[in-house]
Parts: sequence; structure tokens; C-alpha cells
Amino acid sequence: MLLIRCPYCEEERPELEFRNAGEAHIARAADIAAVSDEDFEKFFFIRSNPKGIIYERWRHIHGCARFFNAVRDTVTDKFVMTYKAGEPKPDISKLKKESGPAAYANRPPDQLNVKKPAAKRAPASKGDA
Amino acid sequence: MRKYSVFALAREAMRGHKGWDEQWSSPEPRAEYDVIIVGAGGHGLATAYYLAKEHGITNVAVLEKGWLGGGNTGRNTTIIRSNYLYDESAGIYDHAVKLWDGLSQDLNYNVMYSARGVMMLAHNVHDVQVLKRHIHANRLNGIDNEWLSPEQAKEFCPPLNISKDARYPVVGASLQRRGGTARHDAVAWGYARAASARGVDIIQNCEVTGIKRAPNGAVMGVETSRGFIGAKKVGVVAAGHTSVLMDMAGVRMPLESYPLQALVSEPVKPVVPCVVMSNTVHAYISQSDKGELVIGAGTDQYISYSQTGGLHILNHTLDAICEMFPIFTRMKMLRSWGGIVDVTPDRSPILAKTPVQGLYVNCGWGTGGFKATPGSGNVFAHTIARDEPHPINAPFTIERFRTGRLIDEAAAAAVAH
Repeated sequence: MLLIRCPYCEEERPELEFRNAGEAHIARAADIAAVSDEDFEKFFFIRSNPKGIIYERWRHIHGCARFFNAVRDTVTDKFVMTYKAGEPKPDISKLKKESGPAAYANRPPDQLNVKKPAAKRAPASKGDA
Repeated sequence: MRKYSVFALAREAMRGHKGWDEQWSSPEPRAEYDVIIVGAGGHGLATAYYLAKEHGITNVAVLEKGWLGGGNTGRNTTIIRSNYLYDESAGIYDHAVKLWDGLSQDLNYNVMYSARGVMMLAHNVHDVQVLKRHIHANRLNGIDNEWLSPEQAKEFCPPLNISKDARYPVVGASLQRRGGTARHDAVAWGYARAASARGVDIIQNCEVTGIKRAPNGAVMGVETSRGFIGAKKVGVVAAGHTSVLMDMAGVRMPLESYPLQALVSEPVKPVVPCVVMSNTVHAYISQSDKGELVIGAGTDQYISYSQTGGLHILNHTLDAICEMFPIFTRMKMLRSWGGIVDVTPDRSPILAKTPVQGLYVNCGWGTGGFKATPGSGNVFAHTIARDEPHPINAPFTIERFRTGRLIDEAAAAAVAH
């Protein structure tokens, strides 16, 4: 089970509280009736389905009930970061520098849900990464 | 290829089993082939076999990045049935069931196809309506499927709990008697052996890293971890990795890849005589010839290529199994594993030509591709050989997501997706 940080609740919670809502940053056309069949297909059916970094939506359905976005690696299933809906798509090259392997995942229980930004937290103890 | 028979077995028994050949050869890749199939799972190997057998195209290579049959072919729960709602689905899945019957003789390899019956349970009024609708639709398509009362269901599968006090009581069931199981590894090995005997090159540990296209856009061949291999026709049969491969040719797919898990129990004496499925409580179970209960779980909710899934998914399925079969509550589970399944928006496969000349794709089988292996390979070989689809797979295009001609088994939900 994944541990997912809700950027609104600012807490890392088990996957059971969340519902995955598919690929992020797919904008719905303002006038959906006017788009061509090709563009509708791209919007509605075609997905990037990447092996590697994915931008995806989650909904904290058994928490604050809000939608937010996440960056995750689909090979390791580790989250790189989560961010609020409406915020711009983060730059991956920048993210890689800031996120260690245990940026959000595999944190010891006593360090979970400390309301401090991840970057400022004490490094995780040895052997848990 | 030396024919397998009881006489061959007796002869080898006398000689200490020293005379058996390798089942398939492992040649070095040639510089060029007529057709390259990417992916040596059941569907890919079946495609190569039927290309050689029915279309006389033997200059074929099947490229596999890992080992033969090591993906979803070796990870599924081996269920075979064709009781799908829509005519298009009935056509392709029943084509497969007809080929399953007689496949062992055709391949001279025992694939252990056992038509032991697939029983799907109804727990509420909606289930009854859906299953009866399927039964009627199937009958119109010439596919056997019949309605059972709870008592008849219990008679067909004695360990089933039909108590009215159950949380989700069984109120009826549909039964396809021609449905059943087969030995998944034997399917891959049998097709590999038969294809190899007809001259097909099966090349394992050869990962495709690029699809090369000529200036006019047509396919020229593939870049692999063992160098460039030329071919004017390339068929991608890569299940969960289809999006990744098609991306190499610049084709974006309507696919998402999810982990799907299964597990087996410790082996026990024969106790489950058929396949039992329940969409409502979401579980399906059968018993292998080794005696293990083979149990299929659902997909995880997120895209992943990790070949592992969440434990809570298995837990949910075992809850359902214990509900249906209280006799199994003390049973120990032996192993669990995951595979990556490629799911289309309408939960029906894509077997088609692509916008790229010479590139063909067979994908989107989602959570239920094993049952279709012979039929899928058969019509996909036709599609590649003739450069036009067989009437059976003609509706399973990529373009249907543009035109709206979906084959919406997702809504029909013959299986819990």
C-alpha cells in the first residue's frame, strides 16, 4: 500500500484514504462540443502511460475530499512530490535534486505527519531507506 | 521436431531419457526477417505459429526481453470462457475457445485444456438481470451458457456456501460448460516448440529499444539490445509495455498499465471442480492439477510497471473467497505475485493495423487475455500476413476511440475489471 501525502491536510496517509483520478494536466476544452474528433480522442482516451515519472491526480476521498496532483515513479511506485490542484506542473530535472529516495516514503512512524516541509525534516535514520 | 507420443515416452524411458531434444532452438538473430513479433508471451508465440502454419511465412523472429512466457502468460489464473455480452467479443473469444478444443493435438503438446465449466455467481437482483442478459445474448451467438438455481450451483460446486445468512447470499449462477482452464506455461512452451519447428526464430534476452522508420514513415526494423534487426512488418504484442514500445514509433495509445495480482494456496486434494467467479464480491477461484487453489485479485488503482501490487488488494479478494467458501478460512496461501496489464478505456482489446505502415499491434487485453491466446494469435497472424484484419478482429481497431464505435465490455462487465 502506498503512503500518500495530501498537500491540503499536510499529512502522509495510507492509500486506502485516496482515490486515484488518472493523468494530471489534461485540460478540458472550454467549448467541448466544438473540438474535432481527433482532439476529443486525445483529451478523452489517449494517455501517456509512462514507464517512469508520471503526473497524476489523486483525491483524498476519505479525508478532505479534495483533488490534488502528484509526481510518482511508476517503476518504483515512489512519490517524488505532491502539490495542490492548479499549481503549475513541476520541472522534473529540478525535482530530482530535491528529492531523496525517502523524501516521502518509508519514513519511520515517529517521523510521520510532522507538520514541517519535507526538506527541513531531520534525515531519516539509517537502514530505513 | 520429434513427435511426442506414448511410444516416444516409452522409448526414452528405456534409454534413461537421454534422447529428448531441446523444445525450441535459440538461434542468433539474423540481419533481417519478413516479420518481427515483439514479445514472446502466449499471444506473440501463437501469432508466429499461425503465421508459419496458415500463411506460410516462416522467416519470422519473436523477440523477448526476458524469458519466454515470463510475463503475464506465466502470471495469470488460466481461466478460459467466451460468455461475453457483445457480438464482437463473443466472436473473438469463442474463436479462441474453438481453437482451445483440439490445441493439444494441433501443437503435439499437452496444454491441459480442461473444460470443467465456468460458473459466475449472482448475489442480487442486478446480478441476476445482468447474467440472464448475458445468457440470452450468448445463446443468440451460439455460445453455451445456462442459468442455475443456488441448489444447482451447489450441486455443481459442492464447497460453495449458498446459505441465506451469508452477507452476499448466492441467488443463482450462470454456467458455461465449455469454459475451464489450461496450463499457462504449457501454452507458451507448446506454441514456441511448434513455431520453432516450422522455422520461427525465438530470441530471448533481446530487448527492443527502438522502432526504426524509413523516410516515408514505414517500419524498417527494430533496434535491440543485440543490435539492429530489419523487418518490413513488426507486430507489437507486449501487454503492459505496449505504450512504451508504441511510443518508440511515435504512436500514442489509449492504454493504461496497472498491476494485477494473483495467488495460490498450499496444494490440497481435489475440492473445487470448476471455475467460480463473482463480480459482486470480486473473486474468482479454481484449482490447479497440482492441487493449489488459484485465486485472482483485482487491479491496483494506479498506473505502475512494478509487477507488484498492494497487499490490501489481496486481502479484499481473500475476504470474498472466505465468504463464498467458508471451508477455506483456515487455508494457507503459498505465493502471490503481480503482472502488469494494459487496459483500454472500453476494456476490449486492440488487434489492428496502426497509422504506421508495417506496424501492427495486439494489446489491451487487460485483466483477461489468457483465454483468448489461440484466437488472438490466429487472427493477428492473418492481419499481419494479409495487411488487413480478419473479419473477427476487424472491429477491434485503434480508430474506434475516435469514431466512437466502442466495444464496451467495461459497461457490460462480464468480468470484474
